[in-house]
Amino acid sequence: MRFDYDTSYADAQRLLRHWPGRIAYAALAALLLAGPLVLPKFFIGEAAATFIACIMALGLMVLTGFTGQVSLGHAAFVAIGAYAEIGLLDAGLPFPLALPVAGAIAGLAGLLIGLPAIRVSGLYLAMVTLAFALVVEQAVGRWKSVTGGYDGAQVPDARLFGANIGGLVPFYYVCLAVLVLALLALINLTRGYVGRAFVGIRDSEAAAHALGIWVSGYKVLAFGISAAITGLGGALLAHQVQYVTPDVFSLNLSMQLVLMVVVGGLGSLRGAVLGAVLIGLLPTAISRLKALLPAVAAAQFGLETFIFGLVLAGFVLFEPSGLNGRWIKLRSFFEAFPLYRRRTFVRGKAYASSERHR
Amino acid sequence: MSLLQLDGVSLRVGGLTAVREVSVAVPQGEIFAIIGPNGAGKTSLFNIITRVFAPSAGRVLVAGQDITAVPRHHVVRHGIARTFQNIELFDAATVLQNLLLGRHRFPHGGFTAQFAWTPAVRRAEIASRAAVERTIDRLELSAYRNAPVGGLPYGVRKVVELGRALATEPRLLLLDEPASGLNPEETRDLAFWIEDIRAELGITVVMVEHDMSLVSAVADRVMCMSMGEVLATGTAAEVQADPAVIAAYLGT
Ligand SMILES: Nc1ncnc2c1ncn2[C@@H]1O[C@H](COP(=O)(O)OP(=O)(O)OP(=O)(O)O)[C@@H](O)[C@H]1O
Ligand SMILES: [Mg+2]
Repeated sequence: MRFDYDTSYADAQRLLRHWPGRIAYAALAALLLAGPLVLPKFFIGEAAATFIACIMALGLMVLTGFTGQVSLGHAAFVAIGAYAEIGLLDAGLPFPLALPVAGAIAGLAGLLIGLPAIRVSGLYLAMVTLAFALVVEQAVGRWKSVTGGYDGAQVPDARLFGANIGGLVPFYYVCLAVLVLALLALINLTRGYVGRAFVGIRDSEAAAHALGIWVSGYKVLAFGISAAITGLGGALLAHQVQYVTPDVFSLNLSMQLVLMVVVGGLGSLRGAVLGAVLIGLLPTAISRLKALLPAVAAAQFGLETFIFGLVLAGFVLFEPSGLNGRWIKLRSFFEAFPLYRRRTFVRGKAYASSERHR
Repeated sequence: MSLLQLDGVSLRVGGLTAVREVSVAVPQGEIFAIIGPNGAGKTSLFNIITRVFAPSAGRVLVAGQDITAVPRHHVVRHGIARTFQNIELFDAATVLQNLLLGRHRFPHGGFTAQFAWTPAVRRAEIASRAAVERTIDRLELSAYRNAPVGGLPYGVRKVVELGRALATEPRLLLLDEPASGLNPEETRDLAFWIEDIRAELGITVVMVEHDMSLVSAVADRVMCMSMGEVLATGTAAEVQADPAVIAAYLGT
């Protein structure tokens, strides 16, 4: 059993307040840092890809999880980030500069699409973002002079102080570093007034207005930040795949990102990371599983899609708060041991609010 | 000069006139109650003051300043805070976070500084927290500080909403049916707090309320509306004795 006693308001702001948490994160950091030294090559690449997936999912989480705006078109921002990275490197910008600028360009695109998109919400917003992604996909395919079209484009090497850091092991560390920085920045953003305003807009626009939150401004801002982070992931993805074609940024990628944030648990950055790890590793797991399945089942077309669907349906039905919700329950089980009550997480009566009085 | 002044305010929604040429002046420090049967236009009046709706005619003045055309999210800067008839809380957030959202209009150390959680941001957060804790103490919410509001009992949710409005440090507090759904004990607490808010914080209170015992207990003046029009204004006893008011309530 543990109780928190704050002796000052500064105490309450600290991120890792307890020894078990500090030790766990220190162990995780050690594992991640030592990983490339012990892992086989295949898994190093796989881990880097997972870090990139985490970054992209974090971007979408800001938008969908915090402000409650659905986007079915986030692959578009991945594409913009990736092609911006290629363009900037081609233009001679050094890699450490090109990466954040590529993210910023994707962020600008996010602001631009956010401006019209915030006029609609829910299903209509989903349609608008979907349409935007289709337009970007087409544009990328046709605009040959810039993107190389369907033939694809070669991604220049990532160089830091003259050394190529595109190799398997250095690139692993680059992706890890960007992920940690993005995560820290978003943790800070979401625990301050901006994050609170985002959540406020999601839960009650009427109250948000009344408290002085510029609702449409913050919605656009969320689009911009979200697109910038996802675009940053896109820029890294370009280096990961080394040769970029438009089909990398298909609808399928957008859907996987949505799957990651929903399965991870909307409204939590930890959820985005957990969801991205699970969904990112699923294809590999499925292909390993295939070897064990009887030939008839393994050869079935669409097995992967089927399992993705199954995972989503399972979470929506049995754990709507996602992997993060499961995590919190486990943690409080150990913290409150032996006093854990299931009922702690059963939500009380929900009160309906009507449209009329807003 | 009165703190809140409405000059011939009207609101038409569709073919219906929800508010018809309402003029009223509420001086600084008054507790002013608005009563009236359902659909009288009481909430609509609040929605006009807080810029949810633009009035089709008339002006709204706060401390002499015309706020009829300010953006909706600037209303709070003029020192106006409100609660909603159907509680509008941020359900997934804790009581503390809900109240901290009330501090949105105060400085928070700059936007880009947020990403790095600089000392300036840290200081601003501590200042917000300290301010919010004063409200938590005043309204006896400390037992619920870290509970998500979605699961709290109805009466507590109403108090949290009042607390969030107070956290904005308003001059004028608009309460839309604060006692509806409360038990007698909670209503007594509320009456005490309303008087306390006025006496200690100097906040002017305008409240829409059906519970006449609460209205008689705390309100200096009462205005009765029906069908968008003002029927009578005066003390609780005067208004209750007014023939037009009695007729409106009896539905003749
Ligand atoms: N957004 C709106 N759209 C259409 N009609 C509206 C709207 N808002 C208010 N009305 C109408 O305006 C009239 C006044 O409504 P209002 O909510 O102000 O009444 P009220 O006095 O607060 O009533 P109650 O005691 O039921 O809360 C009603 O006839 C209502 O149907
Ligand atoms: Mg009403």
